[in-house]
Amino acid sequence: MNTHSPLPAPGAPLQHYVSTAPFDPQSVEAMTPEQAKVFQASQLRLMWWKFRKHRLAVVSGVFLLALYLVIMFCEFLAPYNLHTRNMDFIYAPPQRVHLFHNGQFVGPFVYGRQMTLDMDTLKRNYTEKQDEVQPIRFFCKGDSYRFWGLIEGDRHFVCPAENGQLFLAGTDRLGRDVLSRIIYGARISLTIGLVGISFSFVLGIVIGGLAGYHGGVFDLIVQRIIEVLQSIPSIPLWLSLAAIMPITWSPILIYFGITVILGLLDWTGLARAVRSKLLALREEDYVLAAQLMGAKSSRIIGRHLIPGFMSHLIATATISIPGMILGETALSFLGLGLRAPITSWGILLTEARSVSVIAFYPWLLLPMVPVVLVILAFNFLGDGLRDAADPYK
Amino acid sequence: MLRYIVWRIAVMVPTLLIISALVFTIIELPPGDYFDSYVAELRAQGEGVDSDRIEMMRKEYGFDKPPVIRYFYWVGGMLQGDFGYSFEYELPVRDVVGDRMWLTVLVSFVTIIFTWLIAFPIGMYSATHQYSWGDYGLTFLGLLGLAIPNFMLALILMYFANIWFGTSIGHLMDQQYLGQPMSWDKAKSILAHLWIPVLIIGTGGTASMIRRLRANLLDELHKQYVVTARAKGLSPFKTLVKYPLRMALNFFISDIGSILPAIISGAEITAIVLSLETTGPMLIKALQSQDMYLAGSFLMFLAFLTVIGVLISDLALALLDPRIRLQGGSTK
Repeated sequence: MNTHSPLPAPGAPLQHYVSTAPFDPQSVEAMTPEQAKVFQASQLRLMWWKFRKHRLAVVSGVFLLALYLVIMFCEFLAPYNLHTRNMDFIYAPPQRVHLFHNGQFVGPFVYGRQMTLDMDTLKRNYTEKQDEVQPIRFFCKGDSYRFWGLIEGDRHFVCPAENGQLFLAGTDRLGRDVLSRIIYGARISLTIGLVGISFSFVLGIVIGGLAGYHGGVFDLIVQRIIEVLQSIPSIPLWLSLAAIMPITWSPILIYFGITVILGLLDWTGLARAVRSKLLALREEDYVLAAQLMGAKSSRIIGRHLIPGFMSHLIATATISIPGMILGETALSFLGLGLRAPITSWGILLTEARSVSVIAFYPWLLLPMVPVVLVILAFNFLGDGLRDAADPYK
Repeated sequence: MLRYIVWRIAVMVPTLLIISALVFTIIELPPGDYFDSYVAELRAQGEGVDSDRIEMMRKEYGFDKPPVIRYFYWVGGMLQGDFGYSFEYELPVRDVVGDRMWLTVLVSFVTIIFTWLIAFPIGMYSATHQYSWGDYGLTFLGLLGLAIPNFMLALILMYFANIWFGTSIGHLMDQQYLGQPMSWDKAKSILAHLWIPVLIIGTGGTASMIRRLRANLLDELHKQYVVTARAKGLSPFKTLVKYPLRMALNFFISDIGSILPAIISGAEITAIVLSLETTGPMLIKALQSQDMYLAGSFLMFLAFLTVIGVLISDLALALLDPRIRLQGGSTK
């Protein structure tokens, strides 16, 4: 019994009570701000959150992004030009960067070098001249280059001291700086996978999309072709296709040819993924709704279906890039892929072809480090993307 | 079961036909034929060219006929066990190839066993200890094997084997057995040399196998029957081995189909670096000199090997899993 509001007199109208306090109809199932954020987040945002949880994938992504930045500015970042030859320093081992000279801080510098030829084995021995300090210069003038083949320039991020040398990864049989060549080689090795994947991406989406959406005879034929292509071991197939390319072609044309070969044989995995996804998605209600409203199949595929599994496709594509990079390395190593003067990591590794090179000049194996790192990074990134592709799981 | 086997073998026929057409197209694609490069080579050495003889040889091997007819000759010959003639070695392809094919089969087979032996325990451990340090570490090791190019690994292993054991590890057998007929000693020598290529090729395949076994086992472990089994108090070992592992085993066997091409690919490159007596080195030479029947037979053989491998894995799977057997004959 409410004692605050006494009952009205008999016969008088009941007093109408209205609370002035604001009323939230959803007060019972109200969400905390954190919950609301998750609830209202777009799919892209959810993916990003899920992706962020895979630490290794994030690190790999940043690493790859940095590498792609490097290949944009490799003329500037490499201490030497691609073909600069230092005839006095052939097969020179990597130089160590020091900071202190005789206990005094000088900043980063390298010691000068003295070469002696061992007359018995004809091996070049390099000794450090402990009195010759060659400070490393930054943002300095060095070998002149044409940036992207267009703009003249001679600024480098690091260069050796005047009349000095800076071979942080040693030199090869022509006295070329291995580090600079690795940086330049990244340009080819990292793009060949992307160009190849874009070929296979288009082929995979178109062929797989048609096979999955329309089915029937076309689907049957495509299935058979995919089966055949997947049952032929890829490297022998690459070898035979690469052997076809005429020797008279220019290096650029060969580069293009190799990417086409890599792409032409790699679309099968993507096409399969597209096909099976389409088979599942075309039974969804929203497709039926679109069909009832009279949408054409091209609109349904392009507007409704493909966005639904684009994330899966990107994840699949990311995982198949390393295969292409490795394929290029292997083909070039066997002399069937790219040819000098085009420089890729595979071409660089051909220098380390024999066991004697590993014994005497192990630094020529250094291009293997970026190859391994990039392949690991692409794998981790692909794993992360694949987990993130379905954020509602 | 019989119906399934018959159906499965019948499907192989069109597959092999398409493969043979593809292989023939590839070896036909380069401009000119072996005789052109042969004549060019003779001219370069300053020797006279007997054009009548060349023309005669062209006729004899049917090079004056259109490619389609030659294709049917080639396929028809292969069906009768005649793989054509190697111009480079001036011998029938069958004699040139010799044991190389069997050695390729041996290397691939042992590599698959090796891959299984490595991948199986690691995959099981990774799935049961998901997101532990052991899981991360082992997965990373597997990926590392995938990331290091096979040919570099081969070179580096060759170097260290030379330093540590003082042996040269090129070739698949000791020098004195090269070209000798198979004997007990030769077999022992082959076995002694086998581990290096197997190790190198196997590292490439294990990563994907570990990854797939882990994913499949994880899927199974999250199913309700596992929860039920656990709730009823089944021992953890039995909860793992009795059903989830058996389910994951299916994937293991069906994986042969996808892993075999990868292993053969890796084997080719490794064989070239280590100069093994398998098909790899000879294939690349044949491709370069346009010795088309030799190259074609090798490609055909490698493709055939994988097709047979897939067949075996499918049949084994059907034996293990009745659900697959029952849908035999019906198209998916």
